[in-house]
Amino acid sequence: MSDEYDNNKSYQAQSSEVMDGSTGSVNPDIDYVRPSEVGEQELYHPHSFIEKWVFCQDAKVIGVQYFLTAVFTGVVGLILSWLMRLQLGFPELAGFMTAEHYYQFVTMHGMIMVVYFLTALFLGGFGNYLIPLMVGARDMVFPYVNMLSFWMFFVAVAVLMASFFVPGGPTGAGWTLYPPQTILEGTPGAGMGILLMLISLSLFVIGFTMGGLNYMITILQARTRGMTLMRMPLTVWGIFTATVLAMLAFPALLVSAIMMTLDKVLQTSFFMPTILKAGEVLEYGGGSPILFQHLFWFFGHPEVYIVALPAFGIVSDLISVHARKNIFGYRMMVWAIVGIGALSFFVWAHHMYVSGMNPWFGFFFATTTLIIAVPTAMKVYNWILTLWRGNIRINVVMLWCLGFIVTFVNGGITGIFLGNVSVDVPLSDTYFVIAHFHMVMGIAPLMVIMGAVYHWFPLVAGKMLDEGLGKWHFWITFLGAYSIYFPMHYLGFIGVPRRYFEMYDSPYMTSAVGMNEFISIAAFIVGAAQFILIFNIIKTLKTGKKAEQNPWKANSLEWYTSTVPPEHGNFGDRLPVVHRWPYDFSVPGAKEDYIPQTTAPSEVIHTEVEKT
Amino acid sequence: MSEPKIDGFELKPGFKGMASDTASDQTMFKGVHWGKAMMWIFLLSDTFVFSCFLISYMKGRGSTPVEWPNPSEVFALEAFGVPVPLLLIALMTFVLITSSGTMAIAVKYGYEKNRKMCGWLLLATALGGLTFVGMQAYEWSKLIHEGVRPWENPFGAAQFGSFFFMITGFHGFHVSIGVIFLFIYTYKVFAGHYEKGKRGWFTKLKGDYVEIEILGLYWHFVDLVWVFIFAFFYLW
Repeated sequence: MSDEYDNNKSYQAQSSEVMDGSTGSVNPDIDYVRPSEVGEQELYHPHSFIEKWVFCQDAKVIGVQYFLTAVFTGVVGLILSWLMRLQLGFPELAGFMTAEHYYQFVTMHGMIMVVYFLTALFLGGFGNYLIPLMVGARDMVFPYVNMLSFWMFFVAVAVLMASFFVPGGPTGAGWTLYPPQTILEGTPGAGMGILLMLISLSLFVIGFTMGGLNYMITILQARTRGMTLMRMPLTVWGIFTATVLAMLAFPALLVSAIMMTLDKVLQTSFFMPTILKAGEVLEYGGGSPILFQHLFWFFGHPEVYIVALPAFGIVSDLISVHARKNIFGYRMMVWAIVGIGALSFFVWAHHMYVSGMNPWFGFFFATTTLIIAVPTAMKVYNWILTLWRGNIRINVVMLWCLGFIVTFVNGGITGIFLGNVSVDVPLSDTYFVIAHFHMVMGIAPLMVIMGAVYHWFPLVAGKMLDEGLGKWHFWITFLGAYSIYFPMHYLGFIGVPRRYFEMYDSPYMTSAVGMNEFISIAAFIVGAAQFILIFNIIKTLKTGKKAEQNPWKANSLEWYTSTVPPEHGNFGDRLPVVHRWPYDFSVPGAKEDYIPQTTAPSEVIHTEVEKT
Repeated sequence: MSEPKIDGFELKPGFKGMASDTASDQTMFKGVHWGKAMMWIFLLSDTFVFSCFLISYMKGRGSTPVEWPNPSEVFALEAFGVPVPLLLIALMTFVLITSSGTMAIAVKYGYEKNRKMCGWLLLATALGGLTFVGMQAYEWSKLIHEGVRPWENPFGAAQFGSFFFMITGFHGFHVSIGVIFLFIYTYKVFAGHYEKGKRGWFTKLKGDYVEIEILGLYWHFVDLVWVFIFAFFYLW
């Protein structure tokens, strides 16, 4: 990698002769970019209010629609977590809650946050908004299907929310929906609740496939002139790889959902073994519950990276822009993203160490799991090296990025604990696991989302979010999140089991009670702090400071649209032509500390830009 | 088809070409319509769906404690008083593979702008698909008459019925969707929508004969999947 950079270090040497003449005439060859291969994309412009804001084909509007719907489900998930914490910390105040309610809240909180909130927000929200802008396209390649994608997602959310109101309530089987108990009587929501959950998941997969095809093909086939894959912002790389994972992992979820629906509705026995209930043999028999676990985790583990990879990509861009330094090891970052994506398909059974698998099988999956730590650690080092001796601006966006690095490293290290079979077996199903995955795939991606909101809000709305409120939001969330999840590691070590409604008079209760109260109070405060952001957004939209065209002095194409916020078609009459990567910050010899991707080489002839 | 020509870009053969296409700007698959690339990626994803189904079937068949029914008896069809194993399935497979052939020729005539021939061959493909679905319906009703249900069957393991109806049903659903689109495109071709530049009903975009090839990709995929289902259900 480093060889390649050395070989074609900079334009300086070749171009100094050209510039000798004071006329300023420049050899035009260095600015040459091949003509367009595909011509202009045909766009359907909206003709009515409904076509413009409801059934809209513009990826930017669809992105905002995805974002708002996902945030709505996220708020529901947040409220559910409050209710759970109320029960765990102050059971005497939660008299209205039964054990059934608690399990239903656990299940819905998990499913909402992982699938309907984080996945939809990163891929549907940021993906739709940023991909066409960042690769220099007018829109997604198939806008109509893109619109269907959002409405399918919307229906999926509606079906999911409807399950709160059906007889028996939503399913309470845990977000992993393990059979046989999921669809057996006695589990909360084993009637309509689970059915609506399975239907909603299937709709989500179908809707996502429509969107995912658009994201992938727009990146592969609709980049602007000069935009090579290795000149794309890492945000696009992260979203792209996550979309590939989703296209290959969601089929397993769809298949398991279909099979379980049949088990539920038609009494087939795909996942159902022979079951003795109260002395009576049920009609089920001969199926394999472990098969469901394999299918679910073949989806479930890539799903972790479907959430994490866009976060990796976005945070790389944010750190680079706000540290005024090029991202350290761009190619290494790209290959790490791709490598993590590929490896994520070979680790799924580390969620199943306690399912009674062959020890050699566990050994294989422990090995692959630990190998993932290598590209991941490379990325963390590269973020830190990007910050090193950078011109760091400690603004709200940067705070969220730093918060991400810390929480992510923290969650990653506990991941190494849990990846080992012998450590996982005693710790599985304790609060240690809760602490681990909330740190690594809850708080860490959320930090990135928050940073991204503060970063791109000026682009979407044309106004700057309030920095003061943002700092309050960050510090309460950051310190609060640690107050919630750090003690949980300890709870796990003393053996407090997860998913328990009540601890009764267990021997570990003496130290767990106080801690549970502390965690709950922290959770209430952190949850409430999120409304600072909503308040900030409303306040900014009403009275906020108007944003300039490119407030962060970034290089990537989304800041160089014809208008801010960008209109349908994004770039006005002419698509931009790209000459460089988006990370030319603080280039020695350059007039400003940033060189936009659209700047031609002849305009920055005296600078030491890297050839990309 | 002739090699696509790209302005200012040299298309190299083999792996070198793959590397230079990947490293280039604008498009990864040179000269490929975005819709075609999209269909390929969709089919890749769909391959994973069918793989999950078939792997689950293998696992289910492997782990059930009751014996699996003998396919050459269950799927036998009586012809002139003699039970012939797999007769109906052989016919179904023949019809479906033949429809793949007519589809391929329809694509060729489409690119030659031979509207009439393209339309007739699309119609033939659609009718082939329809015949396949009809024969599948006959097979299902025969099995149901014999007492096979998704939750039980008189010949052995209950999972036989479950997997059979689910997987052939899911495949049949794919064929049916394909047949609907084949009829729609037959109409569009006969009505000359591509020549007139008529816009799509929903997408509001102008079409092109490349759409016939995209539809063809889907149709060939559905046939290919059938070959695997045939092997796994009827020959194993």
